[in-house]
Amino acid sequence: MSLFQIIFMIGQILILTLILIHNAPIMAWVERRGAALMQNRLGPNRIGPLGLFQSAADGIKFIFKEDQIPGHVSKFYYVLAPLVSLVPSFLTFAVIPYGSQIDLGGGQILKFQIADLNVGILFTLAIASLGVYGIIMSGWASNSKYAMMGSLRSSSQMISYELSMGLSLVGILMVFSSVKLGDIAAAQGQTLLQLGPIALPKWGIFIQPLGFLIFMTSVFAETNRLPFDLPEGESEIVAGYHLEYGSMKFAILQMAEYNNMLTGSGLLATLYFGGWQMLFPLGQIYSHLALSGMTADWVRVAFEIGSFTVKVLFFMWFFVWVRWTLPRFRYDQLMDLGWKVMLPLSLVNLFITAVMISYGVI
Amino acid sequence: MLVKQKKSILSELYVLEIFKGLCITMKNMLFAKKVTIQYPEERRKYSERFRGQHYIKATNGVENCTACMLCPTVCPAECIHIEAGERPDKEKYPVKFEIDALRCCFCGMCEEACPKDAIKLSNIYEMSMTRREVWDKDFLLEQRGNK
Ligand code: SF4
Ligand code: SF4
Repeated sequence: MSLFQIIFMIGQILILTLILIHNAPIMAWVERRGAALMQNRLGPNRIGPLGLFQSAADGIKFIFKEDQIPGHVSKFYYVLAPLVSLVPSFLTFAVIPYGSQIDLGGGQILKFQIADLNVGILFTLAIASLGVYGIIMSGWASNSKYAMMGSLRSSSQMISYELSMGLSLVGILMVFSSVKLGDIAAAQGQTLLQLGPIALPKWGIFIQPLGFLIFMTSVFAETNRLPFDLPEGESEIVAGYHLEYGSMKFAILQMAEYNNMLTGSGLLATLYFGGWQMLFPLGQIYSHLALSGMTADWVRVAFEIGSFTVKVLFFMWFFVWVRWTLPRFRYDQLMDLGWKVMLPLSLVNLFITAVMISYGVI
Repeated sequence: MLVKQKKSILSELYVLEIFKGLCITMKNMLFAKKVTIQYPEERRKYSERFRGQHYIKATNGVENCTACMLCPTVCPAECIHIEAGERPDKEKYPVKFEIDALRCCFCGMCEEACPKDAIKLSNIYEMSMTRREVWDKDFLLEQRGNK
């Protein structure tokens, strides 16, 4: 590794960490404004342009609030729990590629991905399931009935949906025969169908529409977002697992949730929407520019990062959009959906994929 | 009795239904008229008969009130305190006239009971304060009236 590559890597890590840290406040703003607009209100629009500094004000408030630890909690685990849920949420984003690579010549390759692990997606799944420990720990350590209920719900929900999530992923892994997210994203650049002038790219969603639906539903369940936010279910168990938390510790739990959303969106974009493959007008613009040499590479990567960002932002928005559209599931409905619908469907999807591959359709 | 509704297979699949729902929320977000009233700049239009902050009507700088004690008697919250006195010209007048706004329920009975058209409820509804103040006579004599 040359010095430049090391500096590039550190820069990448710093920038992505900063993005992840600022993800929660920005998403909180998007969520509040989005919710308000969908309910025919205006939402927070006073502080700063369009109310953008509202989140900064909230952050300042969180920091300056008294750091209360209730008397009835198990102190060590109570303090540890937010960290246990925050750290995995930062780690999981590391394997998601947000751009292709640049060949500097002389065997030096810049990869726009923090870690191109050969276990790829499996790493994300493994680390993401660690996040549930934070939730269980916070509920248990809080020594409160509602918090306990929330964390119990969360653990059973995560276990139920992790199954169908994993199984729906197997379809994608079979099609692209790789677990490396970089390879999967690169493979989606091929053309699936040529309909006259329109070329349908080989995106995951066109090959695995059923798998996409199952995976997306599971991501919603895994990130505890509505319509599967039973661990927090305000109307039933007050606030669920973070009921006893206040000030910055609460903010950290929220941050973990929003970071998980970002990772989920990144995965959805990478696996099913072509990852960093350029979106419709950008690819055409790039080929029209007809650049060459180093500039071409950097412009290409910039376009790719832009496309990836747009896709991720769409899914982030989709999370918010769905939240304010669908009501919460009842608990038995949630379990029914997980075990009786999602699991069989993902097996069916697997079967269909296997048949199609063996007949050489995809 | 629980009647099971017949649904088509499409609506049982939920995907289409969820898509329809998403369209509805998006439509509301983009096109619906927003109902928010941006308070300090925009204000809600209240009725002319809105019962707000009290005042005592004065004619030529002298309060109309003759301390007849009808309003403290009728007041259901018992929040009006009047001490009556006599002017040199033998006319009765309130030496002290206090309303405890924290107890008042703004029912307007005092206004209705007053024979001298003295106590009135204005249209002012911004009455937040940082202390538990009792409105005294000087304060009440400010003519903030509109009726
Ligand atoms: S408005 Fe009603 S409660 Fe208030 S002072 Fe008059 S009579 Fe009493
Ligand atoms: S009823 Fe009217 S005149 Fe009588 S004490 Fe009250 S305000 Fe004064």
